[in-house]
This record gives sequence, C-alpha cells and structure tokens, in this order.
Amino acid sequence: MSIHSSGSRSNNSILEVSLSRSGSKARPVRYGSKGADSEGLSMSQRELRDEDARLVYINDPGKTNETFEFGGNSIRTSKYSVLTFIPRNLFEQFHRVAYVYFLIIAILNQLPQLAVFGRGVSILPLTFVLFVTAVKDVYEDWRRHKSDRVENNRLASVLVDGKFEEKKWRDVRVGEVIRIKANEPIPCDIVLLSTSDPTGVAYVQTINLDGESNLKTRYAKQETHGKEGFGGVIKCEKPNRNIYGFLANMEVDGKKLSLGSSNIVLRGCELKNTSLAIGVAVYCGSETKAMLNSSGAPSKRSRLETRMNFEIIWLSFFLVALCTVTSVCAAVWLKRHKDELNLLPYYRKLDFSEEGEVENYKYYGWGLEILFTFLMSVIVFQVMIPISLYISMELVRVGQAYFMIRDNRMYDEETKSRFQCRALNINEDLGQIKYVFSDKTGTLTQNKMEFQCASIWGVDYNSTKDNMEGEQVEHSVEVDGKVIRPKMKVKVNPELLQLSRSGLQNVEGKRIHDFFLALATCNTIVPLLVDTPDPDVKLIDYQGESPDEQALAYAAAAYGFMLIERTSGHIILDIHGERQKFNVLGLHEFDSDRKRMSVILGYPDSSVKVFVKGADTSMLNVIDKSFNMDLVRATEAHLHSYSSMGLRTLVIGTRDLNASEFEKWHSAFEAASTAVFGRAALLRRVSSIVESSLSVLGASAIEDKLQQGVPESIESLRIAGIKVWVLTGDKQETAISIGYSSKLLTSRMTQIIINSKTRESCRKSLEDALVMSKKLLSSSGVANDAGGSSDATPVALIIDGTSLVHILDSELEEQLFQLASRCSVVLCCRVAPLQKAGIVALVKNRTSDMTLAIGDGANDVSMIQMADVGVGISGQEGRQAVMASDFAMGQFRFLVPLLLIHGHWNYQRLGYMILYNFYRNAVLVLVLFWYVLFTAFTLTTAINEWSTTLYSIIYSSLPTIIVGILDKDLGRRTLLKYPQLYGAGQRHEAYNKKLFVWTMLDTLWQSLVIFWAPLFAYWSSTVDVASIGDLWTFGVVILVNLHLAMDVIRWYWLTHVVIWGSIVATFISVMIIDAIPNLPGYWAFFHVAGTGLFWLLLLGIVIAALLPRLVVKFVYQYYFPNDIQICREAEKIGYERVVESGQIEMLPISDNPPR
Amino acid sequence: MDIKDEESAPSSKKASKKPIYTQFSQQDLPAWKPILTPGWVIATFSVVGILYIPIGLLTLFASESVEEAIFRYDDRCLPPSYAHNANSYIQSDDTNKTCTIKWTVEHEMEAPIYIYYQLDNYYQNHRRYVKSRNDMQLRNKAAEGDLGNCFPEDKTTDTNQPIVPCGLIAWSLFNDTYRFLTSNKDLTVNKKNIAWGSDQRSKFGSNVYPKNFQSRDLIGGAKLNESIPLSQQEDLIVWMRSAALPTFRKLYGKIETDLEMNDEIEIVIENNYNTYLFGGRKRLVFSTTTLIGGKNPFVGTAYLIVGGLSLFCAITFILLYVIKPRPLGDPSYLSWNRNPGGIK
Repeated sequence: MSIHSSGSRSNNSILEVSLSRSGSKARPVRYGSKGADSEGLSMSQRELRDEDARLVYINDPGKTNETFEFGGNSIRTSKYSVLTFIPRNLFEQFHRVAYVYFLIIAILNQLPQLAVFGRGVSILPLTFVLFVTAVKDVYEDWRRHKSDRVENNRLASVLVDGKFEEKKWRDVRVGEVIRIKANEPIPCDIVLLSTSDPTGVAYVQTINLDGESNLKTRYAKQETHGKEGFGGVIKCEKPNRNIYGFLANMEVDGKKLSLGSSNIVLRGCELKNTSLAIGVAVYCGSETKAMLNSSGAPSKRSRLETRMNFEIIWLSFFLVALCTVTSVCAAVWLKRHKDELNLLPYYRKLDFSEEGEVENYKYYGWGLEILFTFLMSVIVFQVMIPISLYISMELVRVGQAYFMIRDNRMYDEETKSRFQCRALNINEDLGQIKYVFSDKTGTLTQNKMEFQCASIWGVDYNSTKDNMEGEQVEHSVEVDGKVIRPKMKVKVNPELLQLSRSGLQNVEGKRIHDFFLALATCNTIVPLLVDTPDPDVKLIDYQGESPDEQALAYAAAAYGFMLIERTSGHIILDIHGERQKFNVLGLHEFDSDRKRMSVILGYPDSSVKVFVKGADTSMLNVIDKSFNMDLVRATEAHLHSYSSMGLRTLVIGTRDLNASEFEKWHSAFEAASTAVFGRAALLRRVSSIVESSLSVLGASAIEDKLQQGVPESIESLRIAGIKVWVLTGDKQETAISIGYSSKLLTSRMTQIIINSKTRESCRKSLEDALVMSKKLLSSSGVANDAGGSSDATPVALIIDGTSLVHILDSELEEQLFQLASRCSVVLCCRVAPLQKAGIVALVKNRTSDMTLAIGDGANDVSMIQMADVGVGISGQEGRQAVMASDFAMGQFRFLVPLLLIHGHWNYQRLGYMILYNFYRNAVLVLVLFWYVLFTAFTLTTAINEWSTTLYSIIYSSLPTIIVGILDKDLGRRTLLKYPQLYGAGQRHEAYNKKLFVWTMLDTLWQSLVIFWAPLFAYWSSTVDVASIGDLWTFGVVILVNLHLAMDVIRWYWLTHVVIWGSIVATFISVMIIDAIPNLPGYWAFFHVAGTGLFWLLLLGIVIAALLPRLVVKFVYQYYFPNDIQICREAEKIGYERVVESGQIEMLPISDNPPR
Repeated sequence: MDIKDEESAPSSKKASKKPIYTQFSQQDLPAWKPILTPGWVIATFSVVGILYIPIGLLTLFASESVEEAIFRYDDRCLPPSYAHNANSYIQSDDTNKTCTIKWTVEHEMEAPIYIYYQLDNYYQNHRRYVKSRNDMQLRNKAAEGDLGNCFPEDKTTDTNQPIVPCGLIAWSLFNDTYRFLTSNKDLTVNKKNIAWGSDQRSKFGSNVYPKNFQSRDLIGGAKLNESIPLSQQEDLIVWMRSAALPTFRKLYGKIETDLEMNDEIEIVIENNYNTYLFGGRKRLVFSTTTLIGGKNPFVGTAYLIVGGLSLFCAITFILLYVIKPRPLGDPSYLSWNRNPGGIK
C-alpha cells in the first residue's frame, strides 16, 4: 500500500493546485425554496412599480381597504366546509388513478348489457374506500377547524380612535395600528413604527417561522419612533413567500424612507425582551408570509413503485390478452352456433312477447356482442390490476413510518427531537441508497463552535496545545451589585490572558486590545441577561444568528472584553472591569458576496475606527498593500495550519477613519440605505469605501466539533456499499481535515485534487485524474464493484467550487462523473448551494442508483430537494432544510439505523408485498378465466360475486398488510453487524423482473391446480355452480394465505391471528352468503362440505399447488443461499447458542445509545 | 395520525418527547422464526408422501368399487328415417317418442342405485341462462309478480299474466321420462328426496303453485302439475340447481332394490327433450355410491402422484443432504467472506 500512497504524492505534481482564490466568483446566497428566492432577487433589482405595490395608509384601515379589499386576518387552514365537503373531497380523491379505474369499472357495470355483478356489489369496494378516506379527511379537517378557531379568536390590541382596544385576531385589517407586549405572538405581518426601546429596536423570536431560537433584531424607523400620532403611507410589494426579504418605502411627513426586512415583524414570531412594540399591519391572514410558506411536504414517488408501475403495465397487457382471448373465443362460438341461437334452451335469442312479432332478445348483433363480451371480461378480470395494492401500500407505509418515528434509537436527547417522516411514500427508497451526499457543517459536525486559537500580529496563541488540561477561566463583572457572567465558558491561553490584562501599556497590549475589541463589537450579537437561581448572579447569553460570532463573543468575554449591551446606536463593553461605551456609527452586515462584515465605532474621544472581520480570501484582498508583508505572511501561515487542523478561520482587520473619510462614507451610506431599489448592491458598494486598505490585526480559529458517532457511521455506510460524498462550503484544508477526523479519508487513500480556474485546465486535470485513477485501480488488481469491501487502493477525489463552475453544465460533466464513480470518496469544498444540487443531479441523471442528500441548513435545501431522498437534520441552523426534507432527524449517526435497519426492512417488506399482491390477484383472475372457457365464453363466475368482492377486502387483505408492516427478515443487531447486507436493496434483490416472472409462473401453476383438480373430479357429475364455486373460493383463499404463511419470516401473535383469522373469516363469510335463500347458491356450502370429495380436493389442491414452491424455495435457500439467508440461520442458531451459554456477544459497532 | 402530531408539535416544547419503550413500537416483539432446515423439509415431504399414498389408494379403491352403467340414447332412440332430420322428429307432436333399451346387468348393484340423466354440451352455466330466474318468485307467493331477470319467459303473451316459475331455466325443464321393467314388472323408481332438503324447505315455496307455465307458443320442456306446490316439484328443483360444467348429471330417482348379475332390465324412454338442435348427447346412468361419491379415478390417481412425488423429493433431499450438506448459518459462506476480492 505504501507504494501507492507515495505514488500519489508524486502524482500530485501533475495536478494544478491553486492557492490563490481570487478567481472565486461571487455567488448569491440562497435561502428557502427556489421560488421564493428568485422572487426576492428579482424584486430587489426592480423598482417597486405601482401596479406591483400595495398601498397601506397607516392608521387608516378604511382608506387602505377602499379601492381594493385586502384579505382579512382570519386564517383557514381547513380545506372543507360542511357544504363543500362532499364535492371537494370527491374531487380530490379522484385525483388518484386507482380510483378512476375503480369508477370506470363500476360505471361499465351499471350498463344493463354489461351488468356482470349486481349493481350494489360492484360499487361496494369503491364506496368503502372513498368512505374510509373521507372519514380520515373529516377527522383531520375537524382538527384544523378547531385550531383555526383558537387562532382566529385570539385578542390583539388595536388602535381605534386614538385608543387601543382589544380586538379578535380575525377582525384585524390591513392599515390598522397594533400594539404588542412582550412575549405576545404577532397577529399579522406588521411594519414596526415604534418600540419601547429608546433607539427603536425590538427583539423577536422566529422559532415558529424558521426554527431558529436566537433573537433577531428589528428596527422601527427613527421618523416614526416615539411619535404619538401615526400617519403616512407605506408602499410595499405584493404578498410573497420570501420570509427573508421585504421591499417597501414609507412616506411620513413628506419624507420618503425605505423599509427592509429588518423593519417588518412576521406573523408567527414572538416579541421578546422588548416591553412594547407598535406597528402597522401590512399583510393579514392568508397573505402573511408565514401562511404563504405553510406548504405541504414535497411529493416524490419511490423507485420501487416506479418499477412496480412498469410491471403493472405488463399485467394490464396480460389483462387485455385474457379479455381478447375470451372475446375471440366467444366470437367463434357465436359464429358456429349462429343458426341455433334462436331456440337454444340456454340462449333463446327469440322473443315472442310482442304479438305476431318475433324479435331478438338481448342480442345486439355479432359485433356488439363481442364488444360487450370484451368489456364484461374487463369487469370480471379487473382485479388483475391490483388496485387494492395501492391502498395497502399506503397503510403499510403509515405503519413503517410509525415504527421509524417511534424508534428510540433515532431519538435525539439533546435537541429532544424525534425522527420525522415528512414524506410518506418513499419509505422503501431508504433501503436502496447508493450515494449519500452530506453537508458538513451542522451535519457531520455539531455546529457548536469553540474558540481555539488566535493569531495576533503574527504571534500564535494557542489555547489547546500548551495546556491540554484546558483551564477554563470564568470571567465575571459586577454591575449594580450584581455579578454578571457569560453563559459559556471558554478555554483560554494564560499567556494571552495575561497580555490582554496588561491593557494599553505597550504596543503588544494595544494590538491585543484592538483584536478583542473587534471580536466583541464586530458582530450582530445581542446580549441577554438571564436570571439564575442565585439572585445576585446573572448569566449573560449571547444571542446571534451565527454560531461563529457567538463563539468569538464568548471568547472576547473570557479575555475580559465583555459585551454588556447593544442597541442600534451604541455598544457597552466591560473591559477588564471598566465600562466603556462606543457609538455604532455604521454596520455593514455579512453577506456571502463580500464574505466579511464591518462595524464603524465612534470612540468616546470621538475618533472613529472601522473593524472588519471576514473569510481569509476576502480579507487578504482588501488589506493595505503597503502593509507589513511579513506579518501578512505569518498570519497566512497560521491560517493554513489552523485550517489543516480542521478549524474555521476568520481574519480581523482594522483601520482608523479620519473625518473626511468618515463623512464621505457617511453620506454615501445614508443615500444607499434609503434607496428604494437596488439597495443591497448600493450598500455593498458603500462598504468598499471603508473595507479597504486595512491593516491585519490577526486571525481567529474556531473548532467545529464532529457530531457523536460520525466516524463509525461513515465506516458503516461505507461497508454497506454506500458512497459518501461530502459537499461543503468550507475551505479545502478544513474539508480534508474534517474528512480525516470523520474517517471519510484514510491514509491508505490516494487523493486526487482538482482546483482549476479555467475550463481548459479543468479538462486537463480531469483527463490526468482519469488516467491516474484507472492506473491505480487496475494495478491493484480486480476493481471490485462492491465498493467498500474492495481492497484496491481507494481513490478520493477532492474538488473545489471554482472547478465545478467550469465542469457542471458543460461537456466535462461526463468526465467528472466517470472519475467520481471510480472514487470511493468525493469531497467537494467551497461549493455554493446550487452547485450542491448540481452535483446531486450529476449522479442522479447518469445512474439509476438512488441518491440521498442530508443537510441541516438553508444552503442544503436545493440539494435535499434534488436527491431521491432528502434528509434534514433538525439541529442548530434552522428549519428550512427540515421543511424541504422527506425525513428529518436529530443526528447524522441516525442515518445508520435509518438506512441499514429501517430502510432494509421497508424495502424487503414492500418488495415482497408487491410481488405477493400481484400473485394474490392474478391467481383469482386466472381461476375465473379458466372457468370462462367452460361457460361458452360468457363470463359466468362460479365464485359468487360477493366472494369476488370480499376477496380483496376480507379474505386476503389484512395478512399482507400486517406482514408488510411487521415482518423482519433479519434482526437489528445482525443488520448493524453486517452492513454489507444493505447491498440486497441496492441490487434490487427483493423485487426485480426475474422474481416477477417466477412469481407469475408460480401463479399460473397454482391457478391450474386450483381450477383443474375440481374440474376433473366433478366432470359429468351433479355438482352445481355454487358448490364448485365455494370449493374454488376456499382453494384460492387457503392457498393464498398459506403461500404468505410460507414466506413469513417472523411469526408474531398478530401474524398468526390475521393469517388463520382470514381463513376462518372466509369460512364464516361463505357460510353467511350461502345462508341467504334469495341467492341461487343457497345452502351450497353446507351440502358440499358434507361430502368427502370436497375435503379431499381441498387438501389435495393446497399441497399440490404449494409443492413446487416449497421445493424451489428449499433448494434455493439451502444450496444457493444469499447473505440474508445465511444471516437468518446464524441468527437463529446463534441465538440458541447464546441462550445455552447464557452470554450475549458484544457487537463491534454499537452506536446505539443505551435505552 | 401520529405523523401529523409530529409535524404540528411546536419544537419549543422542552418536555422529553422520547418515544415510550414498548416491545411493539421498537419492533422487539417475541417471534417464532422458522427456517427451512433440511430436517423440516424432508419430514414434510415424507409425511405428505406417507399420508397421500394410502389416501390415494383408498380413494381409488372406493372409486373402483362403484358400479356404473351408462346408456347413450339420443342416437339410439332416433328412428333411422329421421337421422338427418332429428329436429323435426323431436318437435313434432305426432311422432312416437317411446323407445326401449334392453340391459343385462353385468355386475351386482346394491341398493340404493341412483339414476341420473346426463347431458353433454349443455351450458347450464351460460350467463344468459343462469341469471334467467327469479328466486323471490320461487319462494314467496306474494312475490309472484316479481319477474326481474325472467324476460323473455316472464308473462303470458296475450294476458300479461305472470308465469310461475318464470325464466329460461324453468322453461327449459328436462322432460324425458324413464320406466324400468324387469320380467315385465315395473321396477319402482323413488323420485322422493332427490332434491336438496334445504331447497325444498326454504328456496321453493310450499304455497307457490305453478301458473301459466309453458302456456306460450314456444314450449321449452316439461309442464308442471299446477296443483302441486313448487316445493314438491323435485324434478324442477333439481333442474334449477344450475350445473357447473357443460357435461353434467342430474338425479332422476333411486331404485331401492338390489340388481343382481344378469338381471334383464327393459328401459323404456320417452325421448322428448330436444338436444338434437345443438348436438347435445343424452345418457342414462345407473350408479351406486361410496363415501367419495360416484365413480371417479382422478382424485385417487392425483393423490398417488402427489404422494409419490413427495416421497421422491424426500429421498432426493436426504441423498443430497448426505452427499453435500451445508452447515447452517456459517458466516464463512457470506458473500464478502467467500470472495474477498483483490487481495494480492
């Protein structure tokens, strides 16, 4: 192996390694779903035209709603009212093809010429299904009605005639001024006018909207803040779904002000930490952004179902063939007996009922008779298309979802979140995954940042290396006799702590002072004081949108720079016990184009300084070129070593602003921030005035901790033959280091690194890499398709976003795919959200393999929606990923039980269930068909119509559903012990064409036995239709249930109950049917059951029909066992061994949390 | 419903939502896990073989012990002059329909001897035919006018009176009759209790009398005595149990004396029923019965074959097991252990 890794090192030379990242193009960050996002972008580019705008007259709802009635604030999540229920519910239900098929058959059967079954009987199954679904819908809608009522009847305080009055939520109108107290929910989307805070800040919690628990700041405009009377006009965009954007302007006292997303508070939020806020309603009820965003789970169709639909097409061909055979035979029969039909006692075409006239009775001519025969045979053989299967499958999936949700092993104690099944129809896809695309931050890692290292003026202060015991310093200050302490403790470097305490005495101390000042101020953190049980001690909790910022603020606090208070105008810091107030003159928030943020601070001595922090690539571009290059180089070296340790780095810069510079910036800033359109771009341009010619203060490094169990999980997935690709926005070095720590990369692997800046160099790198990977794989022997278990030198591909820009959507895609499919690991770093989706699409479009994307943040949404299965991590970063996902869970490691256990089971269960249901219905249809050949092709059914109908309702439906929900081929421990067993799903072992054909052959044999044995036995005997029909009914039902019983792997008491119960239920049902004197078959069962021949035949049928199956099954299982079979045996025998010795063996991978 | 709960529950709720542990929800219910071990399979096949061969032999023996005599008479009772004009012969009122067959009993037959008529190529299960009856009318005097499904044999042509029993099945009632003479003495045929008791009790009313039956131009078969209630019209009841297959027998009556070997029996047939129209054959059958019914070698043979095959399988599997056994549940047979690809 060493040969190869050394080979890889030498090979690295041929690969272009681009360290400079100037080529990285700016890409917009995307939030939320695609639709909302594109809307937001285009709106910001465009002027708010009058026809696109909504005019809201503040405190004048009458005028506001005069020209156009805006929606009221009452919401309706319920779908139906009493009146509309029946038509709407029916309309929705008939969206399913299955029901339409049902309906067509039922309608056909209503035509008198075609009435094969009694009219009542033919409608029964459809009405039954419709009724059950309707009852379920009524129940769900009733619950929605109830919650709507509660919501609509809440009270809000609304300004009426200069006084605030209580009003129900549903009566709130656009234009009304609303007062909200602390901890109250917001009734509709409001633009803030005034708050209790002197600077006009209000804090809101948006947990119900996006799941982020930290506080967000919203501002009231200074022009309206604190005023008594409210007036003016707001011109805002039409209601839309973008919860992160708001474009409007407001005219107050002749002044035109612009409003943005920081001025609007959305319905669903709660006011926190602010005693009072007053705002004007702009969007109400169903037009609020929260309501516009409440869309259902995405609908996907599972791979298994797609394949199944293909086989259903075959079955329909077969159905058509049966009907054609019947009608052709009937045609020939009619032709041959043409002359006899008139008087044939059992046909009697002639009708003499009219005096003197001789007419044809119920005879419509040869052609039409054939057509009718064809249609009638469609009706009789309709169950060939297993419509009930669709309904059973849904029930089974609900059962599977129940088990997944209830699984203790997928419950996250930390976030107290259960597994969530958001999409109900792709459970079985979990058993066939071949590619896993994972986000890094928050998915592989905890997204809990810890400040680790600082490089200040080229000096590396490392808090971990020197004192591993990690001295955690608790820094606290006293304010008004109360002790205030940061909530989180941070490990500190004692040397740095000492230096920071030294204050401004020397240059070093001054630099350190500036560094921490930057950390404490250059952020959007809101400090919150939290009470503790000790009345004298208060905890200070830093709330902020970015976990990096929180970590930095806590770190600054630990080093004595404690952020105490922040308003929109000033910041109060406690610096080593000394309170200092800084004016915040301006703030450029972080955006992903600039990749930095800056704050402009006015010092008490009225000097002005700007602090900037940002990603190294973006910062190194804006440093002063005349600056000390040695220092820059030293810092860069530190950055490199930090990121290779897997740390996240930020560079801090600063600059003094002189008065003229400040003025220039200030006027530009004012102009930009009141701009009506293109504000973001303008602000970006303004920021460049101050974010230039910076001097480097230093760099910080934050550790992003791996989540629990990640390396083990990745190992398990790899053994299971699943390729794990990591797509991250992080730097290459960080990504690789996380790759190593998560065992994704191992030292045995050869790394191929591609980062090129042009298309041509990309092409060349790809070609070289392809050649190299081929060489590597061939030199190390057989390239094993099983992937993980291969002993060939695994190849890891590391590619960055810049290269991907050139490769995706171009002809190079194919080459990349070729290369990537040879690699056991692919790491994509510095990728934009849309590129993540592009990579998923690359694999999805080129293979039939299943893809799964897992992520936690808004940037993973596109990838999650693109993949066959999307999994959201319900963790730190918010809920967008969860909202877009099909499944959501608390931790990455739950992927292992989800795929290897539940996915495996779901797939095996449904695969078998589909085959069984094909068999179950086809065997009945074939028995009916054989009989038709002996009734002059006239579609008489010996099995009476009630039994035909009840067949798929009572006789044989429950066992397959229960077995589909409960049966397990292997136990949990075995599946975890041998992840390779997962390959069964990837290789489509539970459901494939071969199995389908074999099942159908078996079906044919069984139907032949069921039909022909009684036929020969009863030929030229006195047997009547009903008696032989009962025999066939029992033959089919018992056989079908025994067939299932033969394949059940685990017998629970419930399995016994349903299987044997179904047979008993059949006997009871047939007895009841045969006890109705009005039916022609009256008492037939009791007669025929009294004869020995009946029981002999029944016994003979069952054994003869199942013998071939038993033989094949045994030979296959014993002499050609697959892995599942061997493990089943091992499980059984091993279990006995364990019981004998009284010991329980330990498993190598035990990442189950103890119960 | 649980799924919905999950989605709507606010995530701010800090109470532990850890699923409660139950064996059911964690899919840890105790279960019986049978596997197809060679022992089980061999035992199953052996048991099937050991059970089926005797059953087959017994059944075959029973079937062989049934004495059966069959006479086809549709051709024999057709005068040669009508050979090419059978239809007009049978439709004409003037022709002599009586015909006689002599039968020398070949084997002794023990009472009761069942007499059946057998029809060939007669589709009593034809869809037009099986539906052409009204079960309400047959049961209930009050439902006499209930004529659904009976068209075209529902009402009299001129007066529109309901026909009881209506429909094609009743209309086409079989009307050949048989008499049996030994030494010029009538052999009594018991025609009581040839129908199912259940039909007589509950399906055919004891207060429903035939009305306007066969009163129309086209006469399909036998006429009924209008003074006897339907529940006593056993020939009708037997006929109306539509046969399942196109070749069928219907019970005509029983002879309750033994027939000795070489008894000379004269069978007098009234050949009235028209099967010449569609080439249907008519037969008269005498048969004794056993536990499994009439003569039927099929079931016994089938049992023997299945039993034999089972024994064969059992023996084959025993041999295979002895020659090439596979240890159950041996991990070394797992695919990834069997061919560890690429080790140099």
